[in-house]
Amino acid sequence: MDYPLLVVALLLSAFGVAMVYSAGQSDMPVRYIEVAWQRQLGFLAAGLAAAWVVSRSSVRFIEWSAWPAYALSILLLVVTLLFGSGAGTAESMKGWLTIGGMRIGQPSELAKLTVVLMLAKVLSGMRNTPRSLLDLWQPLVVVGVPWLLIMMQPDLGTGIVFIGICFAMLFWAGAPWPLLVMLASPGISLVLAFSTGVWGAWFLILLALVFWYRPYLVEGVILVVVNVVTGVVAPLIWDSIKPYQQNRLLVFLDPQYDPRYAGYQVIQSQSAIGSGGWFGKGFTLGTQKRLGFLPAHHTDFIFAVVGEELGFIGVGVALSLFLALFLRCTRVAQRGSEPFAGLVAIGLATGWFVHVIVNVGMTLNLMPITGIPLPFFSYGGSFLLISWLAVAILLRISAEGRGQADGLGL
Amino acid sequence: MSFHPNEVARRARAVRAISALAIGALALGFFRAQVLRGDEFALQADGNRLREVPLVAPRGIILDRNGEIIAENLPGYTVSLLTPTVDSLNAALDALSRVVPIEQTQRNLVMRRYERARNRPAVIFNDASFEVISVLEERRMEFPGLIIQSSPKRYYPDGEALAAIIGYTSEISEGELEQDRFADGYKAGQHVGKSGLEREYEARLRGIEGRRFVEVDARERVVRDQGVRPDIAPSAPEALRSTLDLELQRYIHETFGDSLRGAVVAMDPETGGVLALYSAPTYDANRFTGGVAASYYDALLNDPTRPMYNKAVQGAYPPASTWKLATSVIAMERGLAEIDTRMEQPCTGGYQFGNRRFRCWKPAGHGNVTLGEAIANSCDVYFYQLGLKIGLGNLIAGGIKLSFGERTGIDLPYETQPSFPPVDYQKYYDSKYGARGWNASATLSLSIGQGEDAQTVINMAQFYTALASDGSAAQPHLIDTIVPRKQLFNIRPDQLAALRQAMADVVSGRGTAGSAALKGIVVAGKTGTAENPPYPDHAWFVGFAPYERPRIVVAVFVEYGLHGYVAARIATKVMEQYLNVSLVNASATTAAQ
Repeated sequence: MDYPLLVVALLLSAFGVAMVYSAGQSDMPVRYIEVAWQRQLGFLAAGLAAAWVVSRSSVRFIEWSAWPAYALSILLLVVTLLFGSGAGTAESMKGWLTIGGMRIGQPSELAKLTVVLMLAKVLSGMRNTPRSLLDLWQPLVVVGVPWLLIMMQPDLGTGIVFIGICFAMLFWAGAPWPLLVMLASPGISLVLAFSTGVWGAWFLILLALVFWYRPYLVEGVILVVVNVVTGVVAPLIWDSIKPYQQNRLLVFLDPQYDPRYAGYQVIQSQSAIGSGGWFGKGFTLGTQKRLGFLPAHHTDFIFAVVGEELGFIGVGVALSLFLALFLRCTRVAQRGSEPFAGLVAIGLATGWFVHVIVNVGMTLNLMPITGIPLPFFSYGGSFLLISWLAVAILLRISAEGRGQADGLGL
Repeated sequence: MSFHPNEVARRARAVRAISALAIGALALGFFRAQVLRGDEFALQADGNRLREVPLVAPRGIILDRNGEIIAENLPGYTVSLLTPTVDSLNAALDALSRVVPIEQTQRNLVMRRYERARNRPAVIFNDASFEVISVLEERRMEFPGLIIQSSPKRYYPDGEALAAIIGYTSEISEGELEQDRFADGYKAGQHVGKSGLEREYEARLRGIEGRRFVEVDARERVVRDQGVRPDIAPSAPEALRSTLDLELQRYIHETFGDSLRGAVVAMDPETGGVLALYSAPTYDANRFTGGVAASYYDALLNDPTRPMYNKAVQGAYPPASTWKLATSVIAMERGLAEIDTRMEQPCTGGYQFGNRRFRCWKPAGHGNVTLGEAIANSCDVYFYQLGLKIGLGNLIAGGIKLSFGERTGIDLPYETQPSFPPVDYQKYYDSKYGARGWNASATLSLSIGQGEDAQTVINMAQFYTALASDGSAAQPHLIDTIVPRKQLFNIRPDQLAALRQAMADVVSGRGTAGSAALKGIVVAGKTGTAENPPYPDHAWFVGFAPYERPRIVVAVFVEYGLHGYVAARIATKVMEQYLNVSLVNASATTAAQ
């Protein structure tokens, strides 16, 4: 048993439930948030039970189940897109699977897990190191289908998580880095297109890379054309996205751009965190949280409560736990008994990693606001359940891995 | 795909490095925000949740010469609202007006206060009644931004007796906020002195505003209003001690009655300190505190007896015969007359000057009188001749030297400039009557205190303090300070003594104010009956007592009083009251020692 991994995950969960409890302690109490910690505790119990079951199985079984699980989650995503509903702060998104008006869960959370399994299965099955983008069509389809379904909800945040997972697993599988850069190039072009000069510089670098790496001629031409096109249509895309999305990006550049609305969350979150100082204002005693200045303080902005109430010390403890989790997962991946096991470990860890960096970064405006939750902390059943399933799979992989499972090395 | 252990180990190193770098970057971000910029964000967070509520400063109290309270502060209540926007202020006012009546004018005022200082609570009631407070306290939960706090409220225990002196306080106006006088940190909503001593001594009476902090939530509702942060208590300045004798002031208020109108000024001839200053009819200064009701204000403004007009310092009236002492002093100073000097023509009830006959008030005439007798009986014919002897130019120059051309500079606002011809009087008369429209007969009018001469009651009192002392006068003042004396005239002591004797004869069986004589105290003074066509004559009396060693100078002016002795009777009563009281006080002090 990989006790260090289990202990880190348990500590993070306990910390998280405590913060959900604190989030409910307010001078403007909302009944639903007040009791959220009890429900979260229930979800945790369910997650632990499911994790116990999964950890009794084997990596082989998990690998076998990848296909059906993947197929199921694609089906659920389609169903959700057709019949789903929004909820909470993401009212406009169709992220929830609803049966008879009852919200069952968010299939996109399940997809995070199944895509990792499926991708690991496909990548571990590839014999040759890919030399061209065309060689990557299989893994790209595996990620692309659910990614498109999720982007159609639309859930940009979760989409980013899939992209992160995809790149990390390709990297772990040994895909050459120029290939990864070429794969990422349209996205980079899209972002840099807002400054013609910067985009131009990037385009020259890309050209140099193409000449040096020498992919197939057709592929190289297509790549260059695609980059030019994204660079050109980027402003059109900008015009076509919803104003709230535009505002989020503008506010990321300057929160004062819209201090009353889009910038409000970031400004309030920053002052809550900053006012925490070294030691914080005390557990449950955060004034900005209590007085309702901090928005979504039990879900997306729960880390701001950590910052306000527990100060830099509490933030340091939380970040250290996350880092320990990532390093431990990397160790599990390195010690994986087979390529599939290692790829799964890296994929799962990357899912959490992207969540943590984007969510925590967002509370300090180091990242634009995308409504993705903080693993183990943010209130929400689906994600906690999936996270504990992931912990269980990691424990199983670790158990079957080479060398001592419970060694304290990271 | 290659999963050689060495390659996997290399990739694992890269993954570890990226994880550590990313988490490290986040940690740095938090270190910067929480430790390096922590104070800044703490301020920002406090700014979010704390609202400053000003604590009204108590004004300095004002005491009379014996330490009795003239102006003080009583506990009152202000009700104000803290709202984030105009819309929510309107909504809150709508809700409030369902519980307590709020007039539309009041609403407009609240909106203006809010617009002027959005970060301060907008005051709704400056001085809320106890009923309003208890209703609001009971239903406080319904009004989230409501702030009820006790605040000192100005009160004058003798508001009616003191109205002419004390003035009143009220909210600073938009116009005043822009004046230099209020440049020193005055804020909208604060109360300032609007007239009287309250206005004159604003800088010394103004207290220092305190601060209280309340905590509000994201919807600007007051969550906690106690102990969020220690209050900064307001503070009052040192008490202001005045020269007034409250006892005497009350006595005058009672004596003067409601039917008469006019003014009384009592002064200490030694110091120039004003013992009492009263203008009748009076009004209640307390009703002006914190804003006067329009109905009361309109009634005062429309009253033909003009209660708001301070007749002691704002009104200027012909001094009439009370000015004959000025003519006498000018003549003595120039060596033109002694107390026993007689004029060429005896008084036959009139005096022929050119083609016009100037009457004496007594048609039967006074006969051949000395200066002393002329003063005692107020013989006009004598003074016509004395005036001619002095000459118009010298008479005017003398009057100016006696301070009849300028304000006394008493520490009350709006003192009227007396009207008196200037040194280059010819130009003055020319411009007023045309080059040939006047002649030396102006001298005759001037020498008996008529014509181009209108004096304030306070100015006449000042002149008589010089007669009551050695010819020097201290500037009249209400706040206890030492004021330099000004030598108004220089005559020999025996001349001055003779003048005083003549003035003592006025208030005796032989004089014009015999009926006002007191038992046991010799009063010296001079009556005056000012012609006021087409209306009835005004009555004057200015004098002092005791005659041997004057301790009080009293000037009384009664509008339409018909004859000087009316004023004299009031004046001698005031003197009697003051001297008796002070004698009692003196013996009490002796006993204590």
